Amino acid sequence: MSPSNIAPQRETVFGAARSGSRNVAAVLLRAGLLPILLVALILVFSLLAPQFLAPANLINISRQSVFLLLVALGQMVVLLAAQLDLSVGATIAVTSVVTATVTSSLTGGDASVVPLGLAVGLGVGVAVGVFNGFFVAVVKVPSFMVTLGTTSILTGIALILSKGAPVSGVPALFTATLATGSVFGIPISVLIGIVIAVVVFIVLSRTTFGRNIYAVGGNSSAASVAGISVTATLIGSFVLCSVLASLAGVLLTARVASGEASLGSSYVMLSIAAAVLGGTSLFGGEGKLGLVILGVLFLGVLSNGMNILHVSSYVQELVIGGVLVAAVAIERLRTQVFGT
Amino acid sequence: MSSVDTPLLAVESVTRRFPGVVALDNVSLDLLAGEVHVLLGENGAGKSTLIKILAGVQAPSSGSIRLDGREVHFRSAGEARDAGIRTVFQELSLVPTLTVAENLLLGRLPRTWGLVSMRKLRAAAGQALARIDANIPLDVVVSSLPRSSQQLIEIAKGLLGEARILILDEPTSSLGTRESEKLLGIVRKLRADGLGIIYITHRMHEIAAIGDRVTVLRDGAFIATVGAQLEHEKLVELMTGRPVEKLFPRSERSVGETLFSLDDVVSSQLANVDLEVRAGEIVGVAGLLGSGKSSVGRVAFGLEKLVSGNIRLAGSAYRPRGPRNAIARGLMYYPADRKVDGLVLVRPLLENLSLGSLIDVGLARFGLINRRAESLSASGLVDALDIRPAHLWRRAELLSGGNQQKAVLSRGLLRDCAVHVFDDPTVGIDVGAKVDVYRLLDRLACEGKALVLISSDLGEVIGMCDRTYVMHEGRIVGELSRAETSEEALVSHFFGKSKAEQHDSASPVLVLGGTES
Repeated sequence: MSPSNIAPQRETVFGAARSGSRNVAAVLLRAGLLPILLVALILVFSLLAPQFLAPANLINISRQSVFLLLVALGQMVVLLAAQLDLSVGATIAVTSVVTATVTSSLTGGDASVVPLGLAVGLGVGVAVGVFNGFFVAVVKVPSFMVTLGTTSILTGIALILSKGAPVSGVPALFTATLATGSVFGIPISVLIGIVIAVVVFIVLSRTTFGRNIYAVGGNSSAASVAGISVTATLIGSFVLCSVLASLAGVLLTARVASGEASLGSSYVMLSIAAAVLGGTSLFGGEGKLGLVILGVLFLGVLSNGMNILHVSSYVQELVIGGVLVAAVAIERLRTQVFGT
Repeated sequence: MSSVDTPLLAVESVTRRFPGVVALDNVSLDLLAGEVHVLLGENGAGKSTLIKILAGVQAPSSGSIRLDGREVHFRSAGEARDAGIRTVFQELSLVPTLTVAENLLLGRLPRTWGLVSMRKLRAAAGQALARIDANIPLDVVVSSLPRSSQQLIEIAKGLLGEARILILDEPTSSLGTRESEKLLGIVRKLRADGLGIIYITHRMHEIAAIGDRVTVLRDGAFIATVGAQLEHEKLVELMTGRPVEKLFPRSERSVGETLFSLDDVVSSQLANVDLEVRAGEIVGVAGLLGSGKSSVGRVAFGLEKLVSGNIRLAGSAYRPRGPRNAIARGLMYYPADRKVDGLVLVRPLLENLSLGSLIDVGLARFGLINRRAESLSASGLVDALDIRPAHLWRRAELLSGGNQQKAVLSRGLLRDCAVHVFDDPTVGIDVGAKVDVYRLLDRLACEGKALVLISSDLGEVIGMCDRTYVMHEGRIVGELSRAETSEEALVSHFFGKSKAEQHDSASPVLVLGGTES
């Protein structure tokens, strides 16, 4: 056999070795399981509750899912860099209190309230991200510990600023634009979610920053030796994550029309669940944005369907926790199949 | 070699099929008592499959194996072991948290009244180590020992009881020169004791040093059994199936001005090192494990702290500030361990080829990647270095060691750096890939780059380098011209003037990951 024949033959070998029943399982595990589960879930709910598929409810699901979408995309970015951000919930809380405090101090009909509120809220995100990123990338404290500490710090700040009570007086224009406003029947918040998803997709797949996140998460030592600034990449990924959490915080504030220090704590677990459901590796370097969006929709549909069916919130907690454990188990199975 | 009529082991027309692939196709080989039989082949040639069959891990699809002329069928690794065939795989099977003695007799701990007898355990373990003249304390935990000692323990363990055949799978791939020499000495002793030894290696100079005969496999097929004294070029030709004019290519090249120099450099591993490399030169840095040779590259690249001294790069003063800065200044460094410091294994080949280079080589503008240009550039590199299989979207971890190494070295072609420092670029890769690596080195030198080749492969230092610095205990103890460079000259410098024993494997710099499919 001439050398030029070797490569293609080894290729067929590779394909053939994976044929048979394992192949079906492999395809399902690689991407197909989540879409199938999502469709199954939708089928079950639409059979059990006819109003589930009503346009109003579908818009409702997307409106409710935007917050988690934003936080989960941020969490995904940090997970890709082989880190974890436990402070996304507290970031939402602080953003909410700060944004409500600033916007409520403005006079009622001032048109600048929307951009100003967004700028202030996102500013909080930048600050939190730089703080987390600095301690992780420069001081080299594990992100688990840093963001656990940040959670406590931010919760404290939110409680101090709000004196433990909701900050009221958020201008009606702010609420009307970001929470209830819509364009061609699509809520503005949903449009924001779509735009952000596209932007994050481009950042991850088409920019050097995104490529560096995957590289640093996959092997930070190799990335460094190849000339990538690991420090800048890590700080950047934490800033991106916190800014997205803050954006969710601003939108949530507009929705509840007040600044609340208790807002957002559930998003820590849910954002990790959505990212991992979507196949993002907990070890960094691997994950696809499209699947994370499906993970968000899956959790959104699950929660909405259970609400429609009047499942008690206690049981809902249990179900979502079970889904998370199952997701991690699937992730483990997947790495066993494709590990080597 | 003792002459015996019936070979100790005879492999006859053994074939092993996996669904859709023939991993071993009609391979025959015989092993005599008191013989070292080298098994040679590129990654994927079938060496591992053959070993697994002999070790009883896998069964042949057809063909037979005879031990002392009697046909044997192993149904498990235990049966092969009991028959006297002992295999030391590349991945060591020691329990890191147990002591040396416990590891040696794991699974057959001597007992008195049902309890483990420490006295008998120590006696038996001591005997096992004495058989290979290994001087290793019995009561220390294995994880605290250097890799070379662990390798010896593994061999001693394999020799317990009635061992007749010893199979060694690249036993020196993670050892330094001195440790390797010691291991070869043990192999010679065992051969003299009448054992039959099957020895797998990618280090060419070891073949003639200890081998009696060589059997070459390629793509699962038997190619030839030849004498171990055959020239390297011929062996490589048999292995790769393509004619190799020279194992160490060497084009005419002109030497220019000094591009890289160290002046009185001191670090935690280096003491007053002076070194100079000119354009068009390949300069070797040789030395034992722990001699500090790896630190030369690591300090210059900013991975290890420079305490004092001056470094000059392309004519101007340079102070290491980290890889990013070093590359920008024209210094490229290729780490010794491609899996730890070289590649992002979970990402596709394409992303590894352009790792860290996108902006600098114009594949991205304003932070946006030009994906078409990137994949064109990647295809070019794959062709230039003959990286196989040429699937840009397959994960880097699925490539063989040699192809992974080529992916790391491709950075030298992608980026225009004046100085290139290679740290053991051919460790654990097959000879076909080695030749490709040497061609790359020669090509870079021809283009007028200055190359530093830090290497623990003496043959490669002798064959490739224009000049060679020899290091010992962090100092440069000799500088040899190409004419002066020989194995004897290098080894005599290795031990310096003071006691060499003190620094035995003191440095963690050579943690190597040899791979074998």
